[in-house]
Amino acid sequence: MPSQASQALRATQIVFGSAVVFFLLAPVVAILPLAFNSSIFLNYPIESFSSRWFVELSENETWRRSIVNSLIIGAGATILSTVLGTLAALGLRSAWLPFSSTIRTVFLMPMVIPAVVLGVGLQMLYVRTGLSSTYLGVIIAHAVLCVPFVVVSVSGSLNGMDPWIERAAASLGAPPARVFRFVTLPTIMPGLVTGMVFAFATSLDEVVLTLFVAGPNQRTLARQMFSSIRENISPAVAAAAFVMIVGTLSLAALVGYIRWRRSKAVSPKPQA
Amino acid sequence: MHGYFAVRSALRARLGAIALVAPLMCFVLFFFFWPLATMMQAAVTDGTVRGVLPETAAALSDWDGESGPTAAMQAALIADLRAPAQQMDFGDAVRRLNSEISGFRSLMSRTATAVRGAPEGSTLTLVGIDQRWGDPKYWQAIRRAMPLYTDRNLLAAVDLTRDARGHIAQAEGGASANRQILTRTFVISAAVTLLCAAIGLPYAMIIAASGGWVRTLLLIAVLLPLWTSLLVRTAAWFILLQNEGIINDTLIALGLTDAPVQLIFNRTGVVIAMTHVLLPFMVLPIYSGLLAIPNNLLPAAASLGATRLQAFRHVLLPLAFPSLMSGCLLVFMVALGYYITPALVGGAEEQMISSVIAFFATGTANWGMAGALGFILLAVTTLLYFVYGRLSRSPTMMIN
Repeated sequence: MPSQASQALRATQIVFGSAVVFFLLAPVVAILPLAFNSSIFLNYPIESFSSRWFVELSENETWRRSIVNSLIIGAGATILSTVLGTLAALGLRSAWLPFSSTIRTVFLMPMVIPAVVLGVGLQMLYVRTGLSSTYLGVIIAHAVLCVPFVVVSVSGSLNGMDPWIERAAASLGAPPARVFRFVTLPTIMPGLVTGMVFAFATSLDEVVLTLFVAGPNQRTLARQMFSSIRENISPAVAAAAFVMIVGTLSLAALVGYIRWRRSKAVSPKPQA
Repeated sequence: MHGYFAVRSALRARLGAIALVAPLMCFVLFFFFWPLATMMQAAVTDGTVRGVLPETAAALSDWDGESGPTAAMQAALIADLRAPAQQMDFGDAVRRLNSEISGFRSLMSRTATAVRGAPEGSTLTLVGIDQRWGDPKYWQAIRRAMPLYTDRNLLAAVDLTRDARGHIAQAEGGASANRQILTRTFVISAAVTLLCAAIGLPYAMIIAASGGWVRTLLLIAVLLPLWTSLLVRTAAWFILLQNEGIINDTLIALGLTDAPVQLIFNRTGVVIAMTHVLLPFMVLPIYSGLLAIPNNLLPAAASLGATRLQAFRHVLLPLAFPSLMSGCLLVFMVALGYYITPALVGGAEEQMISSVIAFFATGTANWGMAGALGFILLAVTTLLYFVYGRLSRSPTMMIN
């Protein structure tokens, strides 16, 4: 028979836990229905449902342009950071690399440096090198922030890999490129995809660096949402938020699915 | 022979590893460290006056600094003013000089007009154009503005300045509010950190104590916001907190208040929204720290007669303390550099150091001040990062 004290504790836990879950999830959930509000005010109550703000998103030149820009810049930053990050993770794995833990720390630094500081520096540098207000400049800036995520998740996959498989392939006569293509790459694929998804999501959400280095032509969706909230808040913001939430959650689901399939494939089958 | 091959293959393996790391290393050097260095350089250099008045700079180096201007100095300044300078650079230099002594702007433009208007080969004296040039104080001001490297911006970033004799002194009242902004940044970050700890520690304990679908649900509640765009979450708080927002509507409907409570564009709104955004960074480190604690310790303490409170106080809390500290450091560190949330949910009184940096960089193109404040933020963040790195063995907690 549980004592009264422990019952009270349990009740407190349930109340507190539910309150925190509510606090964490409610804001994100609350913004979603507003995307379908027909009113011109970004607020409850919802008068009637309509898709007018999604139409606005796809037909208004500024919004449409910003979505296209986000896709271009996100793809560019993802490719750039994935190539650089994967190569670096392969190099970091080697026991022969000098100062490997320092190098790893250096690669993770962009994750913690305040974006405004990096933004000011990049703006100054870009003015000198002619990269300001160019797509390449924005892609590079985003890739700096994306790289740590790729390095971390590819390294994670590589750590879980048995190095003897590669050595076995090499000893059977496979040249290094072939070993990478047919042994290493398939094994680290889940980590690679996770890294790419993180990279893309990071680029999609980036505002601060974009504020400093992008011109009006490179305005991304996040950047456009930022100025829209600041200047003339309209329910198009909620529609954009809806698009972003659905986008990132499907990416998250993709990662979850890949990990799940992976864990099913790797876990030892019960003996018959 | 065998040894030779072993050395060769080791060398090849080492070169191979370096070659793999090199592209990213170059990328990070060029687009991460170089920009940071550029920014820091802007904080400590002040080349505008030197660039516009090169001959005066040379002539000033022979001056004793006390007596009236020498003929060489006057001739050099006239030569510099005659030389065609970029209008923008000249304007920057005059602004810089005017910050030393107000009135310098009119003196310079008057002198420049007179010098440029005088026919070629005519003899000019500066004192003849304006008597003020006879006063060493103006020449001292030019000399103070000459050094390429200066601590002026860094001092100004904490509301200090150098007086006429070069001693560090408090800036005049109302000249700048940087110290107030730095204090405010620390206060807001500390408040958010404490709030996150107060919510995050019990919540992480509940997750660790639960099992099955409850644990999954509680974890999803932490991870889902982390996956949602920061901008989306800030927009959501903007909508909820506004005067006609759901929170105020609910409060009025419940009869708790008659008029809307001001929740947005003030400190309350910023702290609430930032706590929401940063709470996962507190919960996840504590949670993984708690998982590492063997789960038979609390029953053991109980069997030895400890009450729940005693077991918590003397067994669980000391063991969870390192992860609580690393969660606090992480939240505090990220909060210090926050820009978007205060910019959207806060009012003028909640703008933190990042907003001021952005203002100097994009608003007034005052690179020196942007650089100096950026330098301070960078230094504090880097310091906290190293402390964090020592406390927690996995600095990459946030993505796994």
